[in-house]
Amino acid sequence: MTGEQIIFLIVGAVTLICGLLVVTVRNLVHAALWLVATLFGVAILYTLLNASFLAVVQVVVYIGAIAILFIFAVMLTRRQAAETGPSVNTNWWVGALMSVLTFAGLAYLLQTWSGFSKQASSIPSGFDAINQLGEALTSPVGYVLPFEVASVLLLAALVGAVYLAFNKK
Amino acid sequence: MIPLSWYLILAAGLFSIGLFGVLARRNAVAILLGVELMLNAVNINLVAFWRYGDVSLMAGQVFAIIVFAVAAAEVAVGLALVISVYRRRNTVVAEELDLLKW
Amino acid sequence: MNFWNDPLKVAADWLTGIFVGWGMNDIFAHVLVVFLGIFVLVLILMVIDILLVWIERKVVARFQDRIGPNRLGPFGLIQPFADIIKLLIKEDITPDGADKVVYNIAPMLSMMSVLILWAVVPLAPVMLSVDLNMGVLFIIAAGSIGTLSIIMAGWSSNNKFSVIGAFRQVAVMISFEVPMLAVMLIPTIFSGSMGMNAIIQHQNIWYVFLSPLAALIFMIAAIAELGRAPFDLAEGESELVAGFNVEYSGMKFGMFYAGELLHAFTFGGFWTILFFGGYRFFGLEQVSPFLAIAIILFKAMVGYWVIMWVKYTVMRIRIDQMLAFNWKFLTPVAFVLVMVTALMNALLRGAGSWLYVTGMFLSNIIVAWVSLEIVRSIGKKERERLEGPKQVAEAHH
Repeated sequence: MTGEQIIFLIVGAVTLICGLLVVTVRNLVHAALWLVATLFGVAILYTLLNASFLAVVQVVVYIGAIAILFIFAVMLTRRQAAETGPSVNTNWWVGALMSVLTFAGLAYLLQTWSGFSKQASSIPSGFDAINQLGEALTSPVGYVLPFEVASVLLLAALVGAVYLAFNKK
Repeated sequence: MIPLSWYLILAAGLFSIGLFGVLARRNAVAILLGVELMLNAVNINLVAFWRYGDVSLMAGQVFAIIVFAVAAAEVAVGLALVISVYRRRNTVVAEELDLLKW
Repeated sequence: MNFWNDPLKVAADWLTGIFVGWGMNDIFAHVLVVFLGIFVLVLILMVIDILLVWIERKVVARFQDRIGPNRLGPFGLIQPFADIIKLLIKEDITPDGADKVVYNIAPMLSMMSVLILWAVVPLAPVMLSVDLNMGVLFIIAAGSIGTLSIIMAGWSSNNKFSVIGAFRQVAVMISFEVPMLAVMLIPTIFSGSMGMNAIIQHQNIWYVFLSPLAALIFMIAAIAELGRAPFDLAEGESELVAGFNVEYSGMKFGMFYAGELLHAFTFGGFWTILFFGGYRFFGLEQVSPFLAIAIILFKAMVGYWVIMWVKYTVMRIRIDQMLAFNWKFLTPVAFVLVMVTALMNALLRGAGSWLYVTGMFLSNIIVAWVSLEIVRSIGKKERERLEGPKQVAEAHH
């Protein structure tokens, strides 16, 4: 067991447990805070995968914006202070069965793939992921078109969200 | 060294947990929390395949960034919808939003 | 490499040697040395924090034409210690309906978000915790954790004023992150890297001379991020009791308060790193790392003094004025500034250094002047709409 494997096991276990808590706790603000813990675990996983820029962007975008948005939305949509009623549907066992079957199906399908137990190749020295990412996102032979379309999508979402949530008195 | 399978199984597990959240929760905001978990699982998969494939092909990381942007947009619009529904019907429990049912 | 040139490496090697001599294996000894280094850094930061409390009280007293604490010790230097003892022996109250776990974690997260900022601050050319090549983005990420801690504090206190204060503070913080991030791209454009050490190494001319408007916008956005006046509506004592930390007493309040002061000092440090050359001072930093540390701490103290100066001089701004100022003025100006800077950088890249400096400086002045003219004309139109056009005095015979 190398140190990296131990770290991965700990971080992976924490992420999965926090994810489980997100979907099971009754108090929604607690669920949003467990989501923050899960997102942080995913950011650590990105760092383990040598994608450190994505890890920082994950913290900034997901924890700094999306999780805050969730907490705001939970606080603004509570009918009363305490949560009433069950936290899951009446047919929650069907959902649980579906998710277990999905996991089993995915695991089975993946392990029939030949490259399933591939080991990571070492990163060539002098490889600057940020530089390469910047060039990929802005070069015409790269991915500039999806990048610009994503910007337009964000603009549309911005206008739409403001319009939908606007309180026309 | 960590084999690729560990990352893939972790992502599949997170995806299934998110799927349970979407299918089984009553509150609309909690359903959106499950969707966020699923999107994060997909991102882990994308970045793992980038790392364990050819590192100079930036498609994995670019796609992950696009997923960040799409997730942010979807959460913004989804929560705006939920707040708007709450203002009209005074509830966000998904079972009680049944005006279009016959 | 002796102690005076590279103290951290010498100390780390010596300690690792001791630990390996005791029988630990290499990796474990290395991890232990790293933890000891973090512990020492946090210790020094906490001591600086105590000093900042004293400085704050003396400086605010001087701004208000009084003396400040001068009874305890020479010049009142023992006063912060008395404050700390008072905070420690206060009763640790948790309000009745409060969410205990979230309530107790919030001050810890707030202090943690300030302390991890120092992981990317380069104290000397060879003394820095992590040479992260995206230090600029790391600052925003740490700010996000601070935002989270405030909303946790406000919500868990089970108090309407806390929730309103927390909402307002978080809205201000996430709004002002946008122009701050845009303006932090400008030293990145000039130096070609987002890493703090690289930005300092490339600053042969201080970036404040290349882009004064960027330094100004960064200072305004940083003061709003810190939640200090004039942007402190969330915790203004006369407005909202104490905002999100109204239910906190004793050392938990002390952590919020000390964390805010240390945060202000840290952003004074970032202001100097990004725009005023960091630890560089005409080559003095090459002499010894300790001199570099002294230089950067002195410059950070000057930045902190500017933040205090603004706090104790300017009136508080209302929340809707704050948000309107950000989204209608600061963000467009920041984005236009980034575009103009990128354009000028591409045009003047090969030119001589004096032409580059003059061109950048002039472009900044032009952007600032044009935006102020636009705001002035909008203001004039608004005033005329509200009051009616001015009557020109007619000559009566």
